[in-house]
Amino acid sequence: MTKSRPDGLTIIPTDQPPTCASRLVDDFTPDLIDVGEHHLCPGCGEPIAIRSMVEAVSELELVQLTIAVFGIGCYTAFSNNLDVEVLQALHGRAPSLATGVKRAKPNTIVFTVQGDGDMVNEGLQEVIHAAARGENITCFMVNNGVFGETGGHMTATTVIGQRTKNTLDGRDAEQHGHPIRLANLLAEVDGAAYVARGAVNNAGNVARTKRMILDAFETQRAGRGFSFVEILTMCPTGWFIETQEAPAYLADNLGAVHQVGVLKS
Amino acid sequence: MSTTTAPPARLLEGSEAIAEAMIAAGCRFFAGYPMTPFTEVLEAMAAKLPDVGGVCMNAESELEAVGMAWGAAATGTLAATGSTGQGLSLMQESLAEITLARLPLVVLNMARAQGDYFQATRGGGHGDYRHVVLAPIDVPEAVHLVQLAFHLTWRWRNPVLVFGDYYLAHTTQSVAVDAVDFGERVPADWTLDGSTGGSGRARLISPLGDAKRADRVGYNLAEHYRTCAAHTDEMVAGIEPMAEVRDTDDADVVVIAFGTPARYVRAAVKQLRADGAKVGYVRPITLFPFPTDAVARATANARRVAVYENNQGQMVDDVRLAVLGRAPVQFIGGLSLDSAGFGIAPDLDVAVLRARIEEVLGA
Repeated sequence: MTKSRPDGLTIIPTDQPPTCASRLVDDFTPDLIDVGEHHLCPGCGEPIAIRSMVEAVSELELVQLTIAVFGIGCYTAFSNNLDVEVLQALHGRAPSLATGVKRAKPNTIVFTVQGDGDMVNEGLQEVIHAAARGENITCFMVNNGVFGETGGHMTATTVIGQRTKNTLDGRDAEQHGHPIRLANLLAEVDGAAYVARGAVNNAGNVARTKRMILDAFETQRAGRGFSFVEILTMCPTGWFIETQEAPAYLADNLGAVHQVGVLKS
Repeated sequence: MSTTTAPPARLLEGSEAIAEAMIAAGCRFFAGYPMTPFTEVLEAMAAKLPDVGGVCMNAESELEAVGMAWGAAATGTLAATGSTGQGLSLMQESLAEITLARLPLVVLNMARAQGDYFQATRGGGHGDYRHVVLAPIDVPEAVHLVQLAFHLTWRWRNPVLVFGDYYLAHTTQSVAVDAVDFGERVPADWTLDGSTGGSGRARLISPLGDAKRADRVGYNLAEHYRTCAAHTDEMVAGIEPMAEVRDTDDADVVVIAFGTPARYVRAAVKQLRADGAKVGYVRPITLFPFPTDAVARATANARRVAVYENNQGQMVDDVRLAVLGRAPVQFIGGLSLDSAGFGIAPDLDVAVLRARIEEVLGA
């Protein structure tokens, strides 16, 4: 019989036959992700975000037109794991590479995948200028408010009070400055045609975010200019909390400052 | 009577001739950010490239200029960027990664004086990599070497730098921009256009290597870096170093210089020869691979070797490695610069250089 642990996780009984056929990770893997298992931490939100992007590429029948430009972060684990063409960029530099790809091959669909450290810290001017040029590309930012890959350090989107490895007493505005709300900033830029912020901390938000991603690609396909979707993702490891607490933590902390919604369409 | 229809020679400023040579070589993407003496190349590309269906981008900084060129190069479009010392310093991180991603890119290094010899030939970026560096002496040679740069960068999928300067950019010379035929271009099986998506083998261009998880392997940097190093070795072995060599057979003193200053050194050597002095001249045209053998042969019987550079002494290291102690190598250069630092050199005067060479001859 299936039992519950005090922490709410279920214990699968091993002393009796399974009640349903086993299913492999690959059974859930979208067509455009080569290998279902990944090496990101349990509870990470980035695989859901990547999955949503490639599902949208498939649904819009853009598979043979699409080139993804990847930044550097935990999500880079997917840059050699997709069945869409990928150009791997440096940390911070994906929008300029995407610009070169799109200008050289205007009939392709080009999107970037960057984290908050990559896009807002290292390469902020790139995305702002790409937006201002009305560059007909789509930029996605997976925003978890920390440098996850280095083990949980403050980024430019870390919220006030958040503890990170280099803000042990919490981010203090006086010492560390204020978080940058990138989607809000880009919505103000002429040339940005579609700007939205989604999240992947519950099924409703995953579905809304998927809609945003589809709308961003549709914006590019119609040639309407720059499109941007920021996606809030869980990082229990970098937030130093229990895995199952991360969705609620996202809503209460990151999501309270970086609010989900369509900002420009 | 010739049956070719070569374009007639025209009076062109170096920057404009370089731009036309790039277009003749098939360059269809250019990105840059203004900085003297690179600025006029950008101006000329902005004016000329759209006429042939190409794209010229005014990037927000050198970081994005090289990024845009990187993206265009990944699509198999012949692409170029460039700048001057500081701007190239900004680009180094990307230039290193582009090399590790094995992409073709031509980079115009329009230097101020010659203090960026190390930057060009050693690179300021991270990791084990090499860039081919070509250094023209004048506008007609630049027209040829710029086109050679595109040929080599495509052939070897490795960035190639063209090292110019203020004089090259701004000297107006009569020149015909003939398209040079380097033969059939090597076919590309690596370019991105989206079409391999969904095939199970979608293409990947990455400085981290091209190992795909579909093969149940992850990125393996140790293996990728070793593969890149082997490729570099093959490229270095496959590119013939070039040098201009004059009057070295019986020379007591061989003078070595590159780029624009070599024009003045060559003139001074010619005068001294006419006056009976046993002096020879060598000019490396490929700064990397350095024409080590040519320098070694030309200096084999020399009593002394003199090196002129408009810097505090950088190429002199490569000359010493070629001469290997067989003769003393004396540096007769030194930084000579206008107060604005653009690269106008008071020392570039045949009489001044002749006097310095005479000192070596008399030593």
